[in-house]
Amino acid sequence: MQHTQEKWGRPRDDVYGPYDASYLNSEPRTQTLQPTVTGTSVIGMKFNNGVVIAADNLASYGSLRRFIDQERLIKVGSETVVGVGGDVSDLQTIEEIMEGLEISESYDEPAQSLTAPNIHSYLQRIMYKRRSKLDPLWNALVIGGFKNDEPYLAFIDLLGTTYTAPAVASGFGSYLAIPILRKLVDREGDQQNVSKEQAVDAIKEAMKVLFYRDGRALDKYSLAILSKKDGKPDVEILKDVRVENQNWSMAKQIKGFGTQDE
Amino acid sequence: MFRNSYDNDTVTFSPTGRIFQVEYALEAIKQGSAAVGITSDTHVVLVALKRNAEELGSYQRKITRIDDNMGLALAGLAPDARLLSNHLRSLSMRQQFLFDRPLAVNAAVASIADKAQSNTQQYGRRPYGVGLLVAGYDEKGPHLFEFLPSGSMLEYVGSAIGARSQAARTYLERNFDSFEKCSLEQLIIHGLVALRDTLPQDKELTFQNTSIAVVGKDTKFTILEDDAVVPWLDKLDSTSRRPQRRETANTNENNEEGETTDITEDMVDNTESTESTNSTGSVTNAENAEDDNANANSSAEGDNETDPNDRMED
Amino acid sequence: MSRFNPYGDSSGGSSLAIAGADFAILAGDTRHSTGFSIDSRDQSQIADLGDGLFLTSNGFSADAKQLVDDLRTQIKWYHHNNNDHKLSISAAARTTMMLLYGKRFFPYYVNPIMIGMADDGTGAVYSFDPLGSYDREPSRAAGHASELLMPFLDNQVTFANQLDPQTGEPRKRLDLDLQTAVDLVKDAFTGAAERQVQVGDTLEIVILTKDGVDRQYYDLRRD
Repeated sequence: MQHTQEKWGRPRDDVYGPYDASYLNSEPRTQTLQPTVTGTSVIGMKFNNGVVIAADNLASYGSLRRFIDQERLIKVGSETVVGVGGDVSDLQTIEEIMEGLEISESYDEPAQSLTAPNIHSYLQRIMYKRRSKLDPLWNALVIGGFKNDEPYLAFIDLLGTTYTAPAVASGFGSYLAIPILRKLVDREGDQQNVSKEQAVDAIKEAMKVLFYRDGRALDKYSLAILSKKDGKPDVEILKDVRVENQNWSMAKQIKGFGTQDE
Repeated sequence: MFRNSYDNDTVTFSPTGRIFQVEYALEAIKQGSAAVGITSDTHVVLVALKRNAEELGSYQRKITRIDDNMGLALAGLAPDARLLSNHLRSLSMRQQFLFDRPLAVNAAVASIADKAQSNTQQYGRRPYGVGLLVAGYDEKGPHLFEFLPSGSMLEYVGSAIGARSQAARTYLERNFDSFEKCSLEQLIIHGLVALRDTLPQDKELTFQNTSIAVVGKDTKFTILEDDAVVPWLDKLDSTSRRPQRRETANTNENNEEGETTDITEDMVDNTESTESTNSTGSVTNAENAEDDNANANSSAEGDNETDPNDRMED
Repeated sequence: MSRFNPYGDSSGGSSLAIAGADFAILAGDTRHSTGFSIDSRDQSQIADLGDGLFLTSNGFSADAKQLVDDLRTQIKWYHHNNNDHKLSISAAARTTMMLLYGKRFFPYYVNPIMIGMADDGTGAVYSFDPLGSYDREPSRAAGHASELLMPFLDNQVTFANQLDPQTGEPRKRLDLDLQTAVDLVKDAFTGAAERQVQVGDTLEIVILTKDGVDRQYYDLRRD
């Protein structure tokens, strides 16, 4: 018989071993501590009549090319495209949230229009809420669409940070693609002088540079072109676009790592 | 005295398929002073008659702003309306916060209508004792909705609720063809004329008892009260003089309608008419002569004895 | 394994405020950056709160956005509950403090500055720390270039620790006139943009007087 009251009703140390109090000193529960399967950069720019967004089809597992036909552009509503970089399972969560949004929006009769600024705002609240719970959705988002017939392009990261700009890019794209895109659209308003063809060419050029220099990029990507035709939004998502005219002759010049012939 | 055994809660139907507590709630609206709403293809106008409980007391506000694109006029229990409008304000701010857009009017009214409906189907709950005219402007244009404690929501070109509102509705029905293309100014005048028709003979629209609110294309929801109402009352006087009302105006109107099978309609006019005409209108028609109606009738007569100024509905 | 860090280094550039006898100025650049990358050249950081109140919050920009939206909601309720009475800047400042201190144990990582006209008609600048400590001040700078801007303001607005060469007494603070103050702001930002990479692109100035609000824009370095 134990005669100290504090031992009453507790598992006996000689049977169960001493009490394991280590959980009291553990870290709080978190979900995504680091991304696992990831997509790399998403890039987007405005032109005089709309927006172009591109993201390649690779989902990497660390440095492994794990899935090579991962779609990372999500069409939401009738006139908005969301490009997603970062963790692919979180991308799928966002896809489900967007699906839920479309469904609940369709309940209202007559339905309100769901435009890019609405979706941008909603996603920002979700991303900020999740970071505040220390359980972030590990993504970078590019939202393209229209606001009052004008092109609209915005960026959100996993902390809920957000901004709008005529050219945006996530990850390596912010170093490699942005300088190429800003040659055409440096600041708000510059897009007035840029045609759809110029914008698509610039995005294709940027995707090429990203494939050359970003080890987690693929030369197969999706390209969303959002434009206004007679005041009506027109969303065209080209799939399996290839980086064309690749030239790897310079690869021989690069020395210092990898297999060397000599 | 007969006691109605089917009006103790909202979850029991009477044998004739009615839920009396809900109907009594609709009565509370008719005890409140009138509110009128009209839409054109660009704007919505609300006008309402304010009452003061005492000569020296303040007038109960009848129109509430929900947000820049929406507001409402109430008839019935003002505290219930306060609860509902605070709910709508939260909803509107939430919509702005989450989606960066104003709340759609139909979504707003659907939300409070759902709240009201659940009160009619749960034991131990009381239906809201207030009717609302919700005016708003959204991407689909101007809207006027009528909300009732029964949980019904209907969109109108023009509508009126509250005491003697049948007179206003009659005016609106006779003139609604012209509302669509009305200027905002004409729309307000129409609203004031309709509201004036609800007044008993010894009452006038004054800057103290009249509220006006407008919302519409490029117009934020704005409430005009006191001094701001004066120019509109002047315009009203210059455009149309008040017709001399017949002694038994309200009872005749009911007969004109012919469709007033609802006992409640008679009740309200009786209640109001204590000030002017005799309440002979409380004779019920054949359909209402059922036993379970008798109590509703007697309660109406009970109301007639109270001083109209003592009522808590506005 | 490193813990997830909920704070980031995304922010607007810098902001600055000066209070005068009958005016208040709030200025900020429109560059938004993350680390050394420029995110946007046209992201205004001055929030119009209504009732003649303007706010900037430098620091972590996601928190800054949340703070502004919370404040807007609070002000809306204040209007609903008080018959659209105008919110005084002293009350708005106290509300801001309540919001900041309300997150004492998971703070908004921001340094807000608020301007408005005080009840007595003088220009008012209120500045806050991330936890809610706040005060009314003659001038304040915050953000990436605050270390560059603040000493300049101390020297040119408050004449801190300067002696009058004639009398040897501490130099008396003069009430700046509006034009001098605006010129000071422009010079301050031109200098800040020169030395601080996160500052540049466009300078946005909000000038508050009894007659209303004036917004001015000036180009800054864009590299």
